[in-house]
Amino acid sequence: MAIEVNGKTFETDEEGYLTNINDWEPGVAEAMAKEDDLELTDEHWEIINFLREYYEEYQIAPAVRVLTKAVGKKLGKEKGNSKYLYSLFPYGPGKQACRYAGLPKPTGCI
Amino acid sequence: MAKADFEVPELKEYIEVPEIVEGTMAHSKPFYAAPQHNTDLGFPGELVDNWQEKALEKMDDLRKRYRSFQVYLDSCVKCGACTDKCHYFLGTSDPKNMPVARQDLLRKVYRRYFTLPGKYFPNLVGAVDLTKDVLDEWYSYYHQCSQCRRCSVFCPYGIDTAEISMAAREIMDSVGVGQKYCNEIIAKVFKIGNNLGLPGPALADTLEGLEEDVFDDTGVAVKYPLDKKGVDILLITPSADFFAEPHVDGLIGYGKVFHEAGVSWTLSSKASEAANFGMFIGSYENMRRVSLRIREAALELGVKRIVFGECGHAWRVAYSFLNTLAGPFDFLDPNYPVPQHICEFTYDLLQKNALTLDKSENDDMTLTFHDSCNVARATRMGDKPGGQFEIPRAVIKAVCNNYVDMHHETIGEKTFCCGGGGGLLTDDLMEVRVKGAMPRMTALNNVIQDEGVTHMAAICAICKSQFTKVLPYYGMDMDQIVSVHQLVSNAIQLTRKTEPETPGEVEGAEAASETDTDAEE
Repeated sequence: MAIEVNGKTFETDEEGYLTNINDWEPGVAEAMAKEDDLELTDEHWEIINFLREYYEEYQIAPAVRVLTKAVGKKLGKEKGNSKYLYSLFPYGPGKQACRYAGLPKPTGCI
Repeated sequence: MAKADFEVPELKEYIEVPEIVEGTMAHSKPFYAAPQHNTDLGFPGELVDNWQEKALEKMDDLRKRYRSFQVYLDSCVKCGACTDKCHYFLGTSDPKNMPVARQDLLRKVYRRYFTLPGKYFPNLVGAVDLTKDVLDEWYSYYHQCSQCRRCSVFCPYGIDTAEISMAAREIMDSVGVGQKYCNEIIAKVFKIGNNLGLPGPALADTLEGLEEDVFDDTGVAVKYPLDKKGVDILLITPSADFFAEPHVDGLIGYGKVFHEAGVSWTLSSKASEAANFGMFIGSYENMRRVSLRIREAALELGVKRIVFGECGHAWRVAYSFLNTLAGPFDFLDPNYPVPQHICEFTYDLLQKNALTLDKSENDDMTLTFHDSCNVARATRMGDKPGGQFEIPRAVIKAVCNNYVDMHHETIGEKTFCCGGGGGLLTDDLMEVRVKGAMPRMTALNNVIQDEGVTHMAAICAICKSQFTKVLPYYGMDMDQIVSVHQLVSNAIQLTRKTEPETPGEVEGAEAASETDTDAEE
C-alpha cells in the first residue's frame, strides 16, 4: 500500500503506517489526517512532534503515562491525561498519533 | 472512537442463543505475517510448494507428540453440549464458531488421511481433502477462537478446542502461513525482550518516571528497579504494564506492595515480558525459547523468587508449563511457590495483616471482577481448589468496600472470555473482538443496571486492553476497566519511608520483611 502526498509516493503497511520512518514529512501527517476527516491543529502537532522526538531517542513510542506527563508539563496539568489525548486523536493517541508521526505501530497486549 | 463498520450486538437482559447465519464471519481473517516474521520463528517465509504434504506431515507429527490431540479428534460424539458455549458463536451467529464445528474443520481432514473409513469412504464420514479452500477456512476460523476453553468445561469428553486451535495454527505456521500479530510480536521478544519492542533505555526512562509520579503522589520514594542484582524477587510482568492504561496503575501497585512488604525486587530488561505468544500459535519450540529468557534472567540476577504480574496466559504458562519448559528451578527458595502470582503475594500479606489499607480510597467505585480465561480454567492460586477465583476477589474485597459478582454462569470456571485473547488482540480482528465480547458485556451491563457497578477489575493485560477498546462500542466508558493492583495501590498506606535494602547474605525474604535493620548490602 502507499499514500500520495504532493506528487510523492510513500509506502505504507497494510494498516497505513509508513514503512520507512525516515521518509516522513509533515505533509504525510496532513494527508493521513485528511483521510480520517481530521484537521490538524497546533495541539495535534505538539503531540506529533513529541512522539517523533521521543522515538528518535528511544526507538519506541512513549508509554501513555510518559506522553500524558510530558503534555501536562508543556500544556498545563488539565491536559495531562488520556481524555485530552483521545479528544485530539479519537482512535487512540498510541496508534493514530503514531501513524501520523510516521512511527511504526506499537504492538503487544495494548 | 466507537465507530464500527459492522453491526454491534444489542445488549439484552439475557445472553440469547442466536439463530444461525451461515458464513457471516467467513470474511474475517487477520493480516498474514511477513516472510521475515515467519523465518525469525523458524517457519518457512511463505506458503511452501508442497504445502499439503507438509501440513499432513505436521498433523501426523502432532498427533504422535500429543496424545490428547488425537483423542480429541477421535472422541467427539456430536452431542451438541458445546454449541452455545462459545462467546464468538453467541456474538456472531456463525455456526462455524460453534466449538464442535471449529474442531470439525481440522477433524474432517484428519479423518480423510488418518482413519480407515475416511480413506475409503470419505463421503460417509464427513472426510474431505486438504485443499486451499480448507486451508483458508482454517486461517479464518482458527483466528476466531481465543483458546479460552469455556467449551471444554461443558464437553462430556473434555475435548479442548483450544488445543485443536493451537495445533491448527502450528500446522499453518509450518507451511508458511503465519499470523502477523503473533509472529511479529514473538520475533520482537527474541530481538528486544518484550512484545512491545521496548528497549532497555526506554524501559529505564519509563520506570524512572513512575518513581517520580509515586513520589509526587505519596511523598515516599517507592523504587521500580531494573536489572538489580542480588535482590529477593524477580518480577515478570506483561510489557503492557509499562506502556498502557490501566495496566501501569497495576504495576505501580505491585511496587507499593513490595515496598511495604520490605522485600527487595527487580524487573529485568532481558525478561521484560510475561506474555508467551508461543502458546497461542501452538509452538512448543517458540514457547520454550520465550520461557528460557526468564530462567536466564533469574540466574543472572541471582534472585531467590520469581513473581508474575497480572497477565492471564502468562500465568498459565508459568503455573502449568514453566518447570518443564525452563526448569528445574532448584536455585530458587523452595519455601515459596515457583513461580508465585502477585495476587498470591499480596494475599499472603493480607493474611498476616502486614498491609495498612484505607478501603475508603476506592469508595468512588463499585467493583466487579472479570475472571480471565487462562487463570480461571488452566491454573490455580494458593493451596486450595478454586484459589484462582477466591484469592483475587479476597484481594479486591480487602481494598474496596463495594464489590458485586456478575451472574454466576458467567464467572469462575464458566467465565466468558474478554473476546481478545489467544492472539486476537489486533485491530484487523476488531469485528470478531467486539462481537465476541457480547456475553461479557451483557453480564457486566446487568450488574451496572441492577447493582450500581461502576468498574470491572481484571488480572490480564489482554483483557484490560480488549475492554478499553470494546467498552465504548457498547456505550460504556473505556476507563471502567481497572487493574486489581490499581485498587490495591489506591488503598495502600505507605508506612515504610525508606527503600527496602537488598538482603545480601540475610536468608529469605521473611528476614527482610520483619526487620529492615537486619538487611545488609
